[in-house]
Amino acid sequence: MALTQTPALEPGADRTMILNMGPQHPSTHGVLRLVVEIDGETIVRIMPDIGYLHTGIEKTTEAKFYQQVVPLTDRIDYLCPMTNNLTYCLAVEKLLGLEIPKRAQWIRVMMNELTRINSHLVWLGTHALDIGAMTVFLYCFREREDLLRLFEMVAGQRMMTSYFRIGGVSLDLPLDFLKRVKDFADRFPANVDEYENLLTNNPIWIKRLKGVAHITAEDAIALGTTGPTLRASGVDYDLRRDAPYTGYQDFQFKVPTSTVGDVYARYLVRVQELRESIGIVQQALEGMPEGRIKADAPKVVLPDRENMKTQMESLIYHFKIITEGFTVPEGEVYQAVESPRGEMGYYIVSDGTAKPYRVHMRSPSFANLQALPAMCEGRLIADVVAAIGSIDIVLGDVDR
Amino acid sequence: MALAPAVTDLEQLKDKPEVAALLGWNASAVAEAKFDRNELTVWINRDQLVPACLFLRDHPELRFNLLSDVTCLDWYPSEPRFEVVYQLTSIPRKARLRLKVRLNGDDTKIASVISVWQSCNFFEREVFDLFGIQFEGHPYLKRIMMPEDWKGHPLRKDYPVEGYR
Repeated sequence: MALTQTPALEPGADRTMILNMGPQHPSTHGVLRLVVEIDGETIVRIMPDIGYLHTGIEKTTEAKFYQQVVPLTDRIDYLCPMTNNLTYCLAVEKLLGLEIPKRAQWIRVMMNELTRINSHLVWLGTHALDIGAMTVFLYCFREREDLLRLFEMVAGQRMMTSYFRIGGVSLDLPLDFLKRVKDFADRFPANVDEYENLLTNNPIWIKRLKGVAHITAEDAIALGTTGPTLRASGVDYDLRRDAPYTGYQDFQFKVPTSTVGDVYARYLVRVQELRESIGIVQQALEGMPEGRIKADAPKVVLPDRENMKTQMESLIYHFKIITEGFTVPEGEVYQAVESPRGEMGYYIVSDGTAKPYRVHMRSPSFANLQALPAMCEGRLIADVVAAIGSIDIVLGDVDR
Repeated sequence: MALAPAVTDLEQLKDKPEVAALLGWNASAVAEAKFDRNELTVWINRDQLVPACLFLRDHPELRFNLLSDVTCLDWYPSEPRFEVVYQLTSIPRKARLRLKVRLNGDDTKIASVISVWQSCNFFEREVFDLFGIQFEGHPYLKRIMMPEDWKGHPLRKDYPVEGYR
């Protein structure tokens, strides 16, 4: 962004100065650059400058088979890789008209909620660190480590899991996995109490957060925000409940909201979401159905390894899918999913070949970032850090 | 589950409140409509885009108050080459609608919907950057992803995925 859009600074004629924040700044959560025009300590104008992490994933997908796109989607929002996998897989399954077995759906729900907890823990830790509360960061990353070990168990990877496949999940849950999730789910509510003990009634925390970066419900909708940022402004909208996907209609959970709309409200909403998510995980553990983990669609879903080595037909399908991909009927879909940050939507257009004609990711961070100027302008420069933390952006998600 | 065939007949689609309301408001604004895989798409004529968006946002029974997304499709080399795609969401009705506007390759101008939904700001800048669509009336139409001095629009189909341009 050129500085030409900012007013010309004639000496003595203007009281404002331009402050450049980022792209290498520890509290911008990645490579976000903010051009801030300040008058004393008050912000006159703030312009996010993004694109430093633009990797052209949308273009890359046009040269890949449908199944080869799954690992790319992890790299978009690296704090909730499984949510990205899920959105993409759901969109392709909708294009294909595939029915997913119930066990696969429940595994997806469970992993998706664990991913949400993982993402919220990173958000809480780094947000508290920005404000100056070091301890919370260490506590959050202690629990996150447990989650990453769980992800490693199912997917073999800690962060870039690529666990979901078009038509189901890649492998069944390993032995002992549900027990370890159960251990985690049983002790996690006490951990959330620990974070809340440190923060919720902490006078410094309250002074830094209450009344800061306020945004009204009308503005939040007009600026396109979704997720906890929107719910903290009083709009009760959660896609898991309002447009259920992958079996969320079978689960009971509350959608935490607040009508205050400041940074503290967003903090409270997300902490409540941690508790609701662990409740969903508990329900998934109790009712986890038995059965297949992949759809019965041999032309789309890779055969089991065992069958592939012993049955001619499976071997042929395996070879075909790997070398030629599978064709997807012509059409277009927009699949939206409630990611930890808001509405994550994948718009996929198929022209009937084995490669997507166009994949567009509607990323929640990109849209939510638009609300930052509305939150900060007219307020103090010191509150920018709290505001950025509270909308919980991931720059990989912003730039794609 | 087998895929049901897409419905494209405007008369049949009149049972959808969005289509019925748009046709009742101004039948000449609607070029085409399609209901496929449970998703409704309406093609709007280019000069009617902003009034149609205002109508959809303010109609008491439609209330599409959230613009979820703006993107674009490039059908190179066929004409009309571009389709600008708007994903609308109605939070109170929990409904979705997709609007599309067709543009010719040699005339890539379209009105910005910033007067209807402020959230199109970044989305339209992204489409401008990666597809070269000119949004008229956008307050700050500059590249957002690519460097300022970049040549070309990377998501166009005549722009190679790898190698030299």
